[in-house]
Amino acid sequence: MKILVGIKRVVDYNVRVRVRPDGSGVDTDGVKMSVNPFDEIALEEALRIKEAGNAEEVIVVTAGGDECQQQLRTGLAMGADRAIQIQTSESLQPLSIARALLKVIEREDPGLVLLGKQAIDGDNSQTGQMLAALWDRPQATFASKMVLNGNTATVTREVDAGLETIEVDLPAVVTVDLRMNEPRFVKLPDIMKAKRKPLDVIPLADLGVTVEGDLKVHHFAPPPQRQKGIMVEDAAQLVQELKSRGLI
Amino acid sequence: MSRILIIAEHDGETLNASTAKCVSCAQAIGSDIDIAVLGDGIDEVAAQAATLDSVSKVIAVNAAHLAAPLAANWAPEALSLAADYSHVLGPSTTLGRDLMPRIAALAGVNQVSDIMEVSGPTAFKRPIYAGNAIVDVEAAEGAKVIATARIASWKAAGNSGGATVEQRAASSSAAGHTRYVGLESGGGERPDLQSASRVVSGGRAMGSEENFGLVYSLADKLGAGVGASRAAVDAGYCPNDMQVGQTGKIIAPDLYLAFGISGAIQHVTGIKDAGTIVAVNKDSEAPIFEISDIGLVGDLFKVMPELESLLG
Ligand SMILES: Cc1cc2nc3c(=O)[nH]c(=O)nc-3n(C[C@H](O)[C@H](O)[C@H](O)COP(=O)(O)OP(=O)(O)OC[C@H]3O[C@@H](n4cnc5c(N)ncnc54)[C@H](O)[C@@H]3O)c2cc1C
Ligand SMILES: Nc1ncnc2c1ncn2[C@@H]1O[C@H](COP(=O)(O)O)[C@@H](O)[C@H]1O
Repeated sequence: MKILVGIKRVVDYNVRVRVRPDGSGVDTDGVKMSVNPFDEIALEEALRIKEAGNAEEVIVVTAGGDECQQQLRTGLAMGADRAIQIQTSESLQPLSIARALLKVIEREDPGLVLLGKQAIDGDNSQTGQMLAALWDRPQATFASKMVLNGNTATVTREVDAGLETIEVDLPAVVTVDLRMNEPRFVKLPDIMKAKRKPLDVIPLADLGVTVEGDLKVHHFAPPPQRQKGIMVEDAAQLVQELKSRGLI
Repeated sequence: MSRILIIAEHDGETLNASTAKCVSCAQAIGSDIDIAVLGDGIDEVAAQAATLDSVSKVIAVNAAHLAAPLAANWAPEALSLAADYSHVLGPSTTLGRDLMPRIAALAGVNQVSDIMEVSGPTAFKRPIYAGNAIVDVEAAEGAKVIATARIASWKAAGNSGGATVEQRAASSSAAGHTRYVGLESGGGERPDLQSASRVVSGGRAMGSEENFGLVYSLADKLGAGVGASRAAVDAGYCPNDMQVGQTGKIIAPDLYLAFGISGAIQHVTGIKDAGTIVAVNKDSEAPIFEISDIGLVGDLFKVMPELESLLG
């Protein structure tokens, strides 16, 4: 079986993101970019499945500009066998990304597609669910554990009420949560090796995907700031303060 | 004219509080609001939904394959109901985030995630970058709006409505490829984290599952729900459903008390809408103090028992 892993280039999670003064977007000049943290976990899971002898090939795929090749190389250095860049200079919304990923699925015929549960830039949390819908296959979102048993997978999902378990037939789309695993560190020799691994570039238009029905994004604003409040000395003062504010 | 359909969240017996919050969001969009209750044996849930203010009609669809909230089964059913509506709205809970994009893709539109403010029938504000930026988004002209309401941004609608309940036969059939196995619930009898008016949270500094008991007992004194940082959950001090933050629950209690939580942006994004934030941390430089209304520099192992006894 092949496993397809979708990865997205995003502003690193440690960066304090700032909105540009003119409201045209967020400042990404000179900012550190990384693989979306959830996608690293998705890739780690794919690599473990392969290492356990349950998959032959792990393919990383991204839709984006040529700068995204950097993140594909990171994926290859982690251990993916090859990479696909769906090349576009536009910033795509989840429906278009799902449509493009579906075209790659039709070419590659994977038994499992692993994505992150959300991209930490747009915080959309849509792509995996949309892909599963368009592909007419199962979705198991927010997964913290996955056990493969032949043609099915048993997936534990982190839901608001606790841990939900579902069983899905393969192929399926699984989107992963942070607790699924801890991704491995990339070692220097692996970075060298990754340079020789195949990276295919397919222009978006060649996949026959047209971008339409996008939401218009007009204006970016900083969020309202909370003000720093007062400090109290001890538990007694804290209780007094809460009482005087009618909170207890 | 906007016609809005809300997909109800429930556990088969009780309507989840997130549905009443979706109603408030819907009220900001338009006045023609219906609710769809999908499930099996859900007459009681439908009756609860019918009491929500401003709701005209509750559509109840009972079918065995709709019993568990599997997106693969619910989405086609919701889509067929959606034909009569301009907007389909669900909550930003794990149910809504799982389900609504599947409906949106079937309808061929992008979803508006996490509506925090309504600027017009098709124009909304939503947070991105863990709440570090707010964007104005507008749905394409004439397209169906499929969206989730960010539940921390909306108050629950009142309960003095009297909608009619219409039973409808399911038009979909089971997607055989996805099967529900079960739910292991972490929480106990304590107030639900997402609707509690007070929440007590513990972080990595709690140190152990046993010590986390301090959080539970203080919460019980206050009639509060219990939350945690990701570090506390990852360390196994408490169940995952208590995680507050970007990848956990976004909450808006009147009072939030954080013990031994540093205040990473991923955590803070989950509590920004709280009325009053109280932080207890032994490090006076902890970032949580930048956003707390009342701060106390101290050792939680001393402060928490003191608070408990002071609260009688
Ligand atoms: C993609 C992504 C998503 C994430 N999502 C979330 C999320 O949803 N929610 C979340 O919480 N985190 C999330 N995180 C993790 C987040 O970045 C922080 O690592 C986490 O919030 C830290 O938890 P903490 O504050 O409990 O631990 P720490 O940062 O270790 O802080 C512990 C604090 O306890 C204080 N302390 C120690 N001993 C005592 C004592 N005896 N008395 C009083 N104070 C004491 C210390 O001074 C310190 O400030 C996410 C991270 C990533 C990368
Ligand atoms: N441009 C992209 N290229 C490849 N995969 C993507 C892209 N955007 C999103 N994804 C995948 O979809 C997941 C969810 O993204 P989102 O729906 O934007 O929150 C991510 O974690 C990725 O695995």
